[in-house]
Amino acid sequence: MEIKVLGPGCTRCQQTEKIVREAVAEVSVEAQIEKITDTMKIAGYGVFGTPAVVIDGEVKSVGKIPSAEEIKAWLKS
Amino acid sequence: MKERTKLLLIAGVFLAAYYIPWGHPVIRQSGLEAFIMLQEYTREHVLTCLIPAFFIAGAIAVFVSQASVLKYFGARASKILSYSVASVSGSILAVCSCTVLPLFAGIYTRGAGIGPATAFLYSGPAINVLAITLTAKVLGWQMGLARAVGAIIFAFVTGLLMALIFRKDDAARTTGQIYVPDTDTRQRSLLQDSLYLLTMVLILVFASFARPAAGATSFWPMIFAYKWYITAAFLMILVFMVKAWFTKDECVNWVDSTWGFMKQIFPLLIGGVLVAGFLLGRPGHQALIPEHYVQTLLGGNSLWANLFASVAGALMYFATLTEIPILQGLIGSGMGKGPALALLLAGPALSLPNMLVIGSVMGVKKTAIFCGIIVIMSTIAGLIYGSFAG
Repeated sequence: MEIKVLGPGCTRCQQTEKIVREAVAEVSVEAQIEKITDTMKIAGYGVFGTPAVVIDGEVKSVGKIPSAEEIKAWLKS
Repeated sequence: MKERTKLLLIAGVFLAAYYIPWGHPVIRQSGLEAFIMLQEYTREHVLTCLIPAFFIAGAIAVFVSQASVLKYFGARASKILSYSVASVSGSILAVCSCTVLPLFAGIYTRGAGIGPATAFLYSGPAINVLAITLTAKVLGWQMGLARAVGAIIFAFVTGLLMALIFRKDDAARTTGQIYVPDTDTRQRSLLQDSLYLLTMVLILVFASFARPAAGATSFWPMIFAYKWYITAAFLMILVFMVKAWFTKDECVNWVDSTWGFMKQIFPLLIGGVLVAGFLLGRPGHQALIPEHYVQTLLGGNSLWANLFASVAGALMYFATLTEIPILQGLIGSGMGKGPALALLLAGPALSLPNMLVIGSVMGVKKTAIFCGIIVIMSTIAGLIYGSFAG
């Protein structure tokens, strides 16, 4: 699966990326994680707030740092 | 940070330490000014003003639903509402430009279009709670008020002008699904939330209540004499509200987000105060930059001084809140009140790095006109304010 973390270089976005990476390692699924910082690309997903998490093209969370449990639930479904 | 950048950084610090004539009396005086100014900030402004303001900003970030605001930026939202909301929403949505730019790009490409997007782009960094409170505390409430009112009017007018100038190509926007942050289920009423925020604002107001001028009428000195009792009373009310209305998780979130702001902003502000102190010194004290330079360039209320202040402000990058100590230093060295407001209005919303990102979103031409509008309006606002405040 393909996971994208959207957000410019702010601390909240870095934190989100870290939590996502940890969750992926813990659940041990195959996943490419990409951090997207380009403003226009972020806007291209239509998200009105960062950090945002997109999994396989589907917007999962917007404008908040998701909890590890939430991310694991998305990874398993 | 790349390894090469680190090397350059260390080399730079080394060269500065090696070559700057630290023993020279002017440098000594400037260094001393930097730390005296830092002490003044920690004594006068941090406990009574900044800390409560951080808690308010944290509460706004956690408890004010972003979704309720963002729905006014959708493609189908009513135009008047989206302009009005965009002009004031900076106080709710943003404390730093890192949240402003993605949201701006979203509103521009998929949402309500260029008008509300640029209104928001301007208002975001210009009217956040922290900036306005600290401006009022350090530079006087008149300046704080002028900044808040000016910023809201500017946002509205800039948005309208942009939409008017570029009304034709607004049609070229892509449409598509937009995602706004979730509305969380809440147990409190709007009244409870407002009372809670109001209590914190009152704590801030009374805790940082300034000593009234000698010979003032009986009312203000009386408040000043009892200000700590009043503050304590409101603090007790706040504790009661938090206990009664909020769950433990919510309190943890609140403290977390407050701490997040502090971590992000305190180091920058300390750096800004040190730099301002070193270059400009406290009011009435000489530091590195001779006062007559400042007076010639920015003194009085001439058209030239105001224009220079707004252009300089537009190009310079100010990290959140650092514009305030720098401005305090400049005013102390002889900058006029008008140019000071011009710099405050043009400064935090625009900077060279920021312009590059805006340029990549809406193109060079629109960016140039956006910056031009702000510089011109800041100059005019400076002239007007300067002729009143002297």
